[in-house]
Amino acid sequence: MTANELIRSSAAEMAAKLAAGEITSVELVQAHLDRIAAVDHGERGVNAFLYVNTEEALAVAADVDARRAAGEELHELAGVPIAIKDLIVTKGQPTTAGSKILEGWMSPYDATVIKKIRAARMPMLGKTNLDEFAMGSSTEHSAYGPTRNPWDLDRIPGGSGGGSAAAVAAFEAPLALGTDTGGSIRQPGAVTGTVGVKPTYGAVSRYGAIAMASSLDQIGPVSRTVLDSALLQEVIGGHDPQDSTSLTDASTGLAAAARLGNVKGMKIGIIKELHGEGYQTGVENRFNESLELLRGAGAEIVEVSCPNFGYALGAYYLIMPSEASSNLAKFDGVRFGARTLPTEGPLTIERVMGATRAAGFGDEVKRRIILGTYALSAGYYDAYYGSAQKVRTLIQRDFAAAFEQVDVLISPTSPVTAFKLGEKLDDPLAMYLNDVATIPANMAGVPGLTLPGGLADEDGLPVGIQLLAPAREDARLYRVGAVLESLLEAQWGGPILDQAPALASTAAEEAN
Amino acid sequence: MAAINRDDVAHLAQLAHIEMSDDELDRMATELAVIVDSVKSVSEAAGDDVPATSHPIPLTNVMREDVVGHVLTVDEALSGAPDSADGRFKVPAILEES
Repeated sequence: MTANELIRSSAAEMAAKLAAGEITSVELVQAHLDRIAAVDHGERGVNAFLYVNTEEALAVAADVDARRAAGEELHELAGVPIAIKDLIVTKGQPTTAGSKILEGWMSPYDATVIKKIRAARMPMLGKTNLDEFAMGSSTEHSAYGPTRNPWDLDRIPGGSGGGSAAAVAAFEAPLALGTDTGGSIRQPGAVTGTVGVKPTYGAVSRYGAIAMASSLDQIGPVSRTVLDSALLQEVIGGHDPQDSTSLTDASTGLAAAARLGNVKGMKIGIIKELHGEGYQTGVENRFNESLELLRGAGAEIVEVSCPNFGYALGAYYLIMPSEASSNLAKFDGVRFGARTLPTEGPLTIERVMGATRAAGFGDEVKRRIILGTYALSAGYYDAYYGSAQKVRTLIQRDFAAAFEQVDVLISPTSPVTAFKLGEKLDDPLAMYLNDVATIPANMAGVPGLTLPGGLADEDGLPVGIQLLAPAREDARLYRVGAVLESLLEAQWGGPILDQAPALASTAAEEAN
Repeated sequence: MAAINRDDVAHLAQLAHIEMSDDELDRMATELAVIVDSVKSVSEAAGDDVPATSHPIPLTNVMREDVVGHVLTVDEALSGAPDSADGRFKVPAILEES
């Protein structure tokens, strides 16, 4: 097997080859580092990585190989490399959150998910690009330049987790971690033809994820197959006393659900409000095909209505900025990150703070902080933040009513395929609309999965199919997702990424 | 609900400790007016009888044993600070000299 074939395998296949002794972890990590060096850098590079963790990744890989050779019992994914969204803090690698204010910052501690990745002995390839503090749907709000979509380098890879999704789509990593506050795992998955899961709120510890909106944020897996995401969620999930919102449920049975292989008799609900008008024709067509496949596999498809989902986007853009404005108050130029001194006038802490935040934050971050400060201010609190919290109750009731009728819900993940870089950058509202189908899950805390549903007829770009399940029923997503994936791949004759254009090496370009 | 204007933005920027140039205030006021307009329907969505939800999955009385857990050392805590002295964060003047 060539290095090029090796990096196109699934994480589960890589794990099996490692266990069988067909490959070493050092070979596997080196193949990915070579791929990163070939396609990630330069003017036309994917730019999925903000930091490549070469030395440590190879050291962990060598250690895994030695332990395996000595007959030690290892975790199933030991030696399989992973990329980490740069919103998650890591010892030994810089964490920037995609912001100038944290440029070069080294965390003095590891996030809980990172501790679990280390315990499973998975080599970390590096940190992936994102919209600044995870605020955006295109990765264009990164202070370190946008990530490019491997399907078309002039298009966005989604956001905020465009780096993680693009890294996986471009075979720079088999697995990645993402975070999802309003769709930041699922929408990038949709537009890059990859899989991503936002687990139930609390199923994966948030300790060490730099907070945007604490009541909405969730860490989750990014991969090329449904089974791989299930395997990764089992690694990172479970109770963590350091996150007071962490659930006590064990993260087990997810891979088993993905391997179950049938949906016979399951009831699947189409959400009336989340397709049709406003959704691209090619997105609708692929969505309808997936429904037919599931019906053919013995699932019963019914339509359900969630009438309050129409208010979700508005309520989200009150709750999220409110919480973000509070969470980002800690970037004050005192305890960590950059400090910028005012150019004139007295040098007081207040003025240093103002200058530091002016220089350190990008436009979208400032926009959300100001909006959140507004929504929380006296006289507006009840009308804005208070009302938005009530909408949250209504959305939860809509989900509860829907899940009385069906086992899982289904919708397109994103209303559109990948748009051109720059196309929506000056129109915040147009950008926000990308998350219209993913936001309800965060508002209610329920889990959501996206998987590739094919290519849109009009532009040949990937379409995402979203599955939603009741809180704590993440396993249902993996069960239905894996069945739909295998039916679709049977039609396509292989994974969707086989149809993606080959990426030219940018290594030579960079050397020039 | 009142529309958001340039003076509001200037006040909010001050509350949020973000210095803004005149250009930035103008641009931000225009953009925020559009965003605020698009979210105002939220205030009409729910009646008084609907309770607010602050957290998706409510948990209460999350406690741990009252023992010292892992904490950062002084050096670790100061490792990312822009300035420090004598084991403490060092900040510019708190009060303006008169």
